[in-house]
Amino acid sequence: MSKTRFDGKFGDYGGQYVPEALMPAIEELEDAYERYVLANEDGFMDEFRERLADFGGRPTPTQYAERLSERYDRDVYLKREDLLHGGAHKLNNALGQVLLAKYMGKERIVAETGAGQHGTATAMAAAHLDMPCEVYMGERDINRQRPNVFRMKLNGSEVNPVTVGRGTLKEAISETMRDWATNVEDTHYVIGSVVGPHPFPAMVRDFQSVISEEAREQMREKAGTLPDSVLACAGGGSNTMGAFAEFVDDDGVELYAVEAGGSTLDVDEEAGVAPNSASLSTGSEGVLHGARTKLLQDRDGQIMESHSVSSGLDYAGVGPELAYLVDEGRVRAVNVDDDAALTAFHRLSQLEGVIPALETAHAFAYLEANDEELGDTVLVNVSGRGDKDLESVIEETAQRDIDIAPDMDAFAGGF
Amino acid sequence: MSNPELDAAFADGAAFVPYLAAGDPDFESSIEYVEALERGGADVIELGLPFSEPIAEGPTIQEAVVRSLEGGMTPARFFEFVEALDVDVPLVCMTYYNLIYQYGDESGPRPFVEKAAELGLSGFVVPDLPAEEADPLREACDEFGLDLVFIVAPTTRGDRLERIMEQVSGYVYVQARLGVTGAQDDVSGQTAASLDRLSAYDVPKAVGFGIKTGDHAERIVEGGADGIIVGSALVDIVAEGHENGDDAATVAARLEEKARELKDGAERGLAQRAPQAERT
Repeated sequence: MSKTRFDGKFGDYGGQYVPEALMPAIEELEDAYERYVLANEDGFMDEFRERLADFGGRPTPTQYAERLSERYDRDVYLKREDLLHGGAHKLNNALGQVLLAKYMGKERIVAETGAGQHGTATAMAAAHLDMPCEVYMGERDINRQRPNVFRMKLNGSEVNPVTVGRGTLKEAISETMRDWATNVEDTHYVIGSVVGPHPFPAMVRDFQSVISEEAREQMREKAGTLPDSVLACAGGGSNTMGAFAEFVDDDGVELYAVEAGGSTLDVDEEAGVAPNSASLSTGSEGVLHGARTKLLQDRDGQIMESHSVSSGLDYAGVGPELAYLVDEGRVRAVNVDDDAALTAFHRLSQLEGVIPALETAHAFAYLEANDEELGDTVLVNVSGRGDKDLESVIEETAQRDIDIAPDMDAFAGGF
Repeated sequence: MSNPELDAAFADGAAFVPYLAAGDPDFESSIEYVEALERGGADVIELGLPFSEPIAEGPTIQEAVVRSLEGGMTPARFFEFVEALDVDVPLVCMTYYNLIYQYGDESGPRPFVEKAAELGLSGFVVPDLPAEEADPLREACDEFGLDLVFIVAPTTRGDRLERIMEQVSGYVYVQARLGVTGAQDDVSGQTAASLDRLSAYDVPKAVGFGIKTGDHAERIVEGGADGIIVGSALVDIVAEGHENGDDAATVAARLEEKARELKDGAERGLAQRAPQAERT
């Protein structure tokens, strides 16, 4: 390639903060990323796109949302990633990375998962491409997300419980990195978001950018114009970067990363708990899981326990490129709390017949509260569907007074 | 580039470098444990400052990190810990980059290194900081006369090895096998090849990962290592004592005994190597 080699830095963010044992694997992956993904060597990208179409069901539609448009008196469009195979955008990345691992001659896949969406997507991709796969998942998440555990097992993956610490996503990431450090010669780590050491943030963004690539064209066709604003929820930030990537150079398009404000933005330093996952809105610069980025950390630099009603957003860090775009003023970091997200979940289910993931509901909650600043044409990325969240929605709704919600008492206590 | 204390510690060619997490399971006991290591023959002591996400550690040291954090360990307490220790051997701080980076009022590694220098620490090992990202810490270490130890893995070759060896000072931490820290029975496998790759470099080579007995220590030193680094086998003793509710003095005595076994093993290895060295 004629371009100077990208060093993995987004301003001061990014980089490769990993144990030495992993560095050769990271360098090997960098090389594979440049050859297969960026330069389409051996037709890698062609095969990836073909499999995304035939196995994944791409392109996903961009749909005009009639009742939301009426409610907000502006045009609202939905990018329907919930219609991708598996019910979320996660497959774009998982399929890309498992295929890349195959091209690299790797024989084994490991992955971490929080809510189980990335784990199930990786398990599907691994079964589809005939690769053995082990998924690390916090014990607490295993208990919260049993259906996803079964889905992974049905696809032939092993699910390894992680019991250290609080047993959620950040412990699962650490544990998967340890597995990778031990088995680095034959194993590829399919990271689930635009986080981790270079080349992961750039590579995952590239696999996910099919979202905005399609949406941009579809908006041109359907609306005859680009949107004034694009909204996407942001945890680690893979659907966010996917929804933004092709719009970043369009100056007239405002980009909104909607974070989980959890129960409050206030932080309990003493207990090491941030009852939110809003690292872009409230975090500070630091180094976690291989990258310099924005983090929820105490003043010593210990990583805090994050919180969100949506386990897919429940992470103390965020992708380095997103942190950079926020600092640069290109992306606006905003947040909504658990209550608003739950209310939006019910609203979208009722108004549009789309039951969104709780993660996705955050983007719609921001639309409800701030529709006027978003311009005449708004595109919202429906990053996933909400079937996986029904049990927690019933529980969480029963604890609150959400006037538009149906009576949940009959369901409380589980199915 | 190396500071004299670490040079001296490796001078006789069979240095014993034990590791413990500072404050595991509590401040006072941990002081006794570290001091016991010196009595047992430690030449350098690696003191872990626990980070909440220790991605390079196996289960044994992860648990130590959890115990130490639950016992209230923080960077500020760590420096108090170093101050309270009554040991003469050089101390090396092992921690993750974010804690070094966040310390003090200005961002960057300088305030942490300055404080470490003030308390007489000799150097750092930072497992999540590869040579590529190490310039700011290297500069601060040079400014205050501290050493920066790097880990060389069995997979480290060619250009990477060159880059690391340009940055390293004090000693190089030779990772005996792939994976994370932890005691194992098989220690010899990849070590010889790693030592061979490093033989051209004039810096002490300390081998770690998986050493847990005097016999292991003997074989590693006989095979050409200038020192042995032992963590998990010692942390296991702390963990067991904690679980059984043993008093600190008893645990300290066990640590001292284990330390002596390891140091003796290293010296036997050196003795066996000496005649061969003369022949060649």
